[in-house]
Parts: sequence; structure tokens; C-alpha cells
Amino acid sequence: MCLAVPCRIVRLEAGDTAVVDVGGVRKAVSLALVEGVGPGDYVIVHVGYALARLDPAAAAATLQAMADAGIDPAAALEGVAA
Amino acid sequence: MKYVDEFRDGALAQGLAQAIAREADPARRYDFMEFCGGHTHAISRHGVTDLLPPNVRMIHGPGCPVCVLPIGRVDLAIDLAIDRGVILCTYGDTLRIPASNGRSLLRAKADGADVRMVYSAADALRIARENPSREVVFFAIGFETTTPPTALVLKEARESNLGNFSVLCNHVLTPAAIVTILESPEVRSLGTVPLDGFVGPSHVSTIIGTEPYEFFAREYRKPVVIAGFEPLDVLQAILMLVRQANEGRTDVENQFHRAVSREGNAKAQALVAETFELRRAFEWRGLGTVPYSALAIRPEFAAWDAERKYALTYRAVPDNKACECGAILRGLKRPTDCRLFGTACTPETPMGSCMVSSEGACAAHYSYGRFRDREAAATVPAEAAGTAEVAVPVTAVRGRTGVAA
Repeated sequence: MCLAVPCRIVRLEAGDTAVVDVGGVRKAVSLALVEGVGPGDYVIVHVGYALARLDPAAAAATLQAMADAGIDPAAALEGVAA
Repeated sequence: MKYVDEFRDGALAQGLAQAIAREADPARRYDFMEFCGGHTHAISRHGVTDLLPPNVRMIHGPGCPVCVLPIGRVDLAIDLAIDRGVILCTYGDTLRIPASNGRSLLRAKADGADVRMVYSAADALRIARENPSREVVFFAIGFETTTPPTALVLKEARESNLGNFSVLCNHVLTPAAIVTILESPEVRSLGTVPLDGFVGPSHVSTIIGTEPYEFFAREYRKPVVIAGFEPLDVLQAILMLVRQANEGRTDVENQFHRAVSREGNAKAQALVAETFELRRAFEWRGLGTVPYSALAIRPEFAAWDAERKYALTYRAVPDNKACECGAILRGLKRPTDCRLFGTACTPETPMGSCMVSSEGACAAHYSYGRFRDREAAATVPAEAAGTAEVAVPVTAVRGRTGVAA
């Protein structure tokens, strides 16, 4: 039920609306619940509303920590904020 | 899809699984509850259980709003659609929930009631604008993730004085449900359900932040790791929980920091506070009445509150006596312990709440886990097979081996 999908903002439209791209599909969603996002940003969309901005640097750090876990578990979680 | 596919990478999953196996102490057990139905579904669908060592067990929690919605609330919606002739708008998830007397919203629709599935709360508002001569009720369900959109449509309805629109509110709260589980006698008295930590919800936490979980970590001495919904996120969170358990820490950690902050979404929180207030108590299917666990619409929005507008009175309806959903939601029993599972109760004909949504523990096991029951039955030694019931879940077999080792 709480499923949400990371979508890229393509363009801003009138009101709080934006057109997003999700796996090649375009859809209009509401930005009324978030602040300070613009074209190119990834947002997490749930029932037609963006809930949060996705931080690309944090995502990269998480993936790096996952990759490190397979090699060196001691270093694995250093990229993850406590 | 970016930010989805890379978090499902098989090679990285193997690496994380090896790290968990290396760090998990074979001399002890680890029992972690994933609270959220989204995690339950991800764990089952992606076979996360198969990557874990035998002494690391995942217990499926009550975090599926479809599963915990009591029959009496669905009855209210069905009555509105049939007796009052309203256009009943609802998320698709609620359509198949079994209600009283073999009814459901889907059957009501088949019988001619105007039940419409919507993708978004905004769609319900649009339907009200397009049908000024009809009454439109939005059947709102969901945890903190889904509440802010409902708050927005309530505000919009009031601002535009939309008289033919109202909301039947069933929004529930995550922290209250976690407290109920931690306070339950099974968990408190070191009895049947040991809980060594929680995998915390992804998208609920984008709204409420990680701060509300600090209370459980502190008061109940349980570690919490907020995790994303992809299988690698879950594996990494399990690794973090294993590490906390080994070190005796009970911290709140945030694996999903690419979208979750400590403070959460302040704008959404303010909207929810403006439109909703706490209910003194609310019934959860499987957990019973839970104090201060749900939201009601504030009196300022009374004209758009379907409960006030139609003077609805809630009537509790008991579940089928043989249904084990209550015990399954608390981690006391597994789906295969239920006599109805896979026989009378299937995803096509759900009897209990855990079978209704694909996020329910029973539906997830039915769709993705039954092959393990068959494998386990096939590997039961010949001398034991005579006394064994039909199928022994492999997790149970593994659990015993794990303890013995």
C-alpha cells in the first residue's frame, strides 16, 4: 500500500503539478507536499504525490557500501548515516 | 528504472548475504520484525529469506493498511455505496477485502453500486466536481505515507466549498502499532515471540522521519533500522541489525538516507496536523482495539467528514473463528499454521486479512513461498515422515537445526 516509485521530474507545470518520467512513461504528479525540487531531480511518488526528494549522492554511497559489504564487512556500513 | 534496478542487483545481494552469514553469530538466534507490508512483499518476492543464515528469521509485522482494516469499516463503505447511493471512490487495494455476509466492495459494484477505483485522492475530488448532482465519498485508508494526500483534498474541498464530497477516514499510525506489539504479553514476558529488532518502514519514514522511532529504541531496548523497499536495502538493513545485536546497541539507524531524514517532511506533517486529530481508539484487524492509533478528521472539516455527514456508527464484526491472522500479525504463528491457509483461504477467495493484499503475510507466502513447504516435506527423513503433518515449513526445520548447531 505504501509503495512509491522514484521518478525524474521532466518539467514543472501550472500550480503544484509536474510531469515526471518513470521508466519511459510520462505522468503528471503533484508537488504540493515537497519543496525546492525542479527538473532533473528524482522524487519518490506515491498515489500521484511526490513525498520526498531522492538524494543521488546518498544513493551512490548506499550502493558503494553494499558493494563493499561483500568484500570487507568491517568497512561496509561506513557510507550509511547513523 | 533508475534507483530501482540497481538496488535489485544479484551479485551485490550475494555479497551482502555473505557478509550477514559472516557476522551472524551461529551460537545465537536473530528474530527481526519487518513492520511494513512493502518489506514483507519484497522479502517474499525476491527470495530474501533464502539468502539468510538459518538462525536469522524475519517476522512479518502488521504494517499493511489493507490487512489491518477491520471488517466493520468496510461495511460502512459498502452501506454508503448501496443504501445511500453515493459514488464510493477507493484505492484498488480495498476492493477485495472480505466484509460481512460474504460482501466486498467489488461484489457491491457487481450488484450495481457505484464503486470507483481511483489512483489518487485527487481523482476522487475530480469525480465530485464532475458529478455535482451526486454525493461522492472517498474511502481513505493508509499509514502516514497516504495521509498527506487525503489532507490536501480535504483542504481543497473546503477552500472550494465542494458540498458533495466527503472522506471516510481510516488513516492509521505506525508508532502506535509498534508499541502494541512491544507491549503484547507474548513479547513482553520473554515468551513465544522474541524480537531482536525492527526493520522500519521506508515511505512512512519519508513523512515522519526517523525521530519517532528513537522512543522504541530507548524505552524497549530494540534496535530499529529504517530501510528502503528494494531487496538490497532489506539485506543491508538486516546486516546493520545483526551488527547492532552483536554489539548490544539499540540505536535508530537510517539505511534509506537517500530519501529519509531525521525530521521527515515538515510540510506534509503540518498539513496532516491541520486537518486531522488523534482518535482515542481504533480497531485493527488482528490486533484488536489500539489506543491513539488512528486519525479522525478535525471538527473544522466536519462538513467533509463522511462519518459526521451520514451519522455513521461503527459496528465491530468478528473474523472467521478458524482464521489465524491475529496470531500471524504478531509473529506468533506462520501462515502454514492456519487450517484455512491454501485451502478455504487463497488470494482468489480470501477469508482473512493477511490473504487480501499481496503485502499480507499469507498472500506473500502463498504466491512466493509454498515451494519451500513442498521441499521441506520432501526432505523430511523417512522415519520422521510417518509422524509429520503434511508439510513442515523449511524455516521451522532450519530453525531447529540452527538451535542444535
